[in-house]
Amino acid sequence: MAATLNRVCVAGAGTIGSLLAAHLARVADVCVLTRREEHAAALERDGLRVSGRAEFTARVRASDDPADLAADLVILACKGSDLDALAARLHGHFAGATVMTVQNGLGAEATVGAHGPWPLLSAVTFMSGTRHGDTHVEYILDTATWIGPYRDTTPADARAVADLIESAGLKAEAFDDLRPAQWSKLIFNATVNAVAALTGLPHDAHFAEGRLGALVHALVDEGKAAAHAAGVVLGEDPWEMNVLATRRGHAHRPSMLEDVQAHRPTEIESITGALVREAEQYGVPVPLHTALYRLVKAKEASYS
Amino acid sequence: MRIAIVGCGAVGSLFAANLAQLDDVEVWAFDASRPHVDAINAHGLRLSGAGDVVGRVRATADAAELPACDFGIVATKAMHTGAAIAATAHAFAGGCVATVQNGLGNEETIAAHVERVIRGTTFPAGKIVEPGHVQWDVKGDTTLGPYGDTPYEEVERLAEACTRAGMPTAAVQDARGPQWRKVIFNASTNPIGALTGLTHGRVCERPDLRALVSGLVDEGKAVAAAQGIVLDADPEALIDHAAKPEVAYDHKASMLQDVEARRPTEIDYLNGGIVRFGREHGVPTPLNDAIWALVKGVEDSWQQ
Repeated sequence: MAATLNRVCVAGAGTIGSLLAAHLARVADVCVLTRREEHAAALERDGLRVSGRAEFTARVRASDDPADLAADLVILACKGSDLDALAARLHGHFAGATVMTVQNGLGAEATVGAHGPWPLLSAVTFMSGTRHGDTHVEYILDTATWIGPYRDTTPADARAVADLIESAGLKAEAFDDLRPAQWSKLIFNATVNAVAALTGLPHDAHFAEGRLGALVHALVDEGKAAAHAAGVVLGEDPWEMNVLATRRGHAHRPSMLEDVQAHRPTEIESITGALVREAEQYGVPVPLHTALYRLVKAKEASYS
Repeated sequence: MRIAIVGCGAVGSLFAANLAQLDDVEVWAFDASRPHVDAINAHGLRLSGAGDVVGRVRATADAAELPACDFGIVATKAMHTGAAIAATAHAFAGGCVATVQNGLGNEETIAAHVERVIRGTTFPAGKIVEPGHVQWDVKGDTTLGPYGDTPYEEVERLAEACTRAGMPTAAVQDARGPQWRKVIFNASTNPIGALTGLTHGRVCERPDLRALVSGLVDEGKAVAAAQGIVLDADPEALIDHAAKPEVAYDHKASMLQDVEARRPTEIDYLNGGIVRFGREHGVPTPLNDAIWALVKGVEDSWQQ
């Protein structure tokens, strides 16, 4: 990894990308790679406004062409379903930079690694916000981003990026091996996102008690069995993560719920789909996750 | 013979208007909808579609007005059974009450209020197009059988009257077979439509979703078998038949219609009933449990 992390490129300026870019712009030269030209123009013109837990407007460089941009660290912050296309656009660019994925699910690092020789870090993020437009993001949950080495990177590299993110005013933690954390989040997301998308419920107390709580618990147990078979000793207990999240007072609306209500494609493939495929590979039955996977896929099909 | 229809919605109206064609039967209808009651009393109860009849029916929204009856036919949605039979039980002190409702548990609820109960399952369907007027969509058979100590001759008397009125009805010693076939059909398909937004045909043409339907059917069959119930036919055949373009490919399950209109569904009496009977007989029903929890979650989401 580069000795210094002075220049950061955030590719994909959705909620997570916008939060990272705006905060990091306080401590580094930040550029944003957008999909749309007008999005880049708006960012260069208006800056990137953060509201909610922090109130400031950051100046960032922005372009829809990776050839215009240079960085020591590239953070890919698009949705899992867009990752392959985004990584393909980076092919041949950002030589010498380290690339970090923050997608939900499993397999993001391998997807990106197939498009270039960059050193890779993996990350999962628990922070959340709401995007109010191309140049305004609301920072809601100040939970951490967890970072670990993946390819040609070391635990020290992960710590350096975590330190940079912390110095920018966000929370981050480095791990020698991210897989336990990744699996904890995978199980948490596969369960909470799919249940929210199918019921229309935000992540509230229904998920921790009564009939629906029992289903959530059973889904978590299936996920734990799959993790165990994959040789992963989980970090946090996904059931505990679920219970804690429902007690925050503010009921978070998982992105998959927002997606189905807006009739957008969801991340079901890279989250529940990934869990079901891993479980299959290790011969662990996950009938409830399989049912939810099929139901959410069918709900997507109902848009047309 | 005097027969009172308890709950004169679409299905109740099919029985009421047809039975009113018989010279030897006096038909009363108890229904909560005042406009429907007033229209029936002013102009008769009109059916159009699969059959065109107008029945002279005495309708009331005041249960106290019901005279003593030989038979009651309960046709409310399952969640209204308890209130409807509690209000009308006085009229059936010397008679028998049949249920032609969806789901499990209606007989038990009725038997808490009246002595002689008839278990029933009916397939004809329609919808109320305006007060006093019901569109008869599908003709179909009805099966009646004694519940508890109800004399079989009484079941035969009611079946004979229905058949003579143009509603083909069979009296059988054990009516659980047809009841469970219909319950398994409904529990395995209706909530899938409700959760995904897909019509019956589109649910069935997605192989992975059709496999989920079969998983639900298999659990229902196991619970039926554990009680010694012999299904009169395979619910799978009914599901495939209904998926044909000329049958019900484009049909939105009533539960999907309920969810779209944000009305309470009959899930407690379908999947909830299968789960309850499964628990009593030591048969695991994890998929029905999951589907029950998800649809209850959908209902809960309307309170947000």
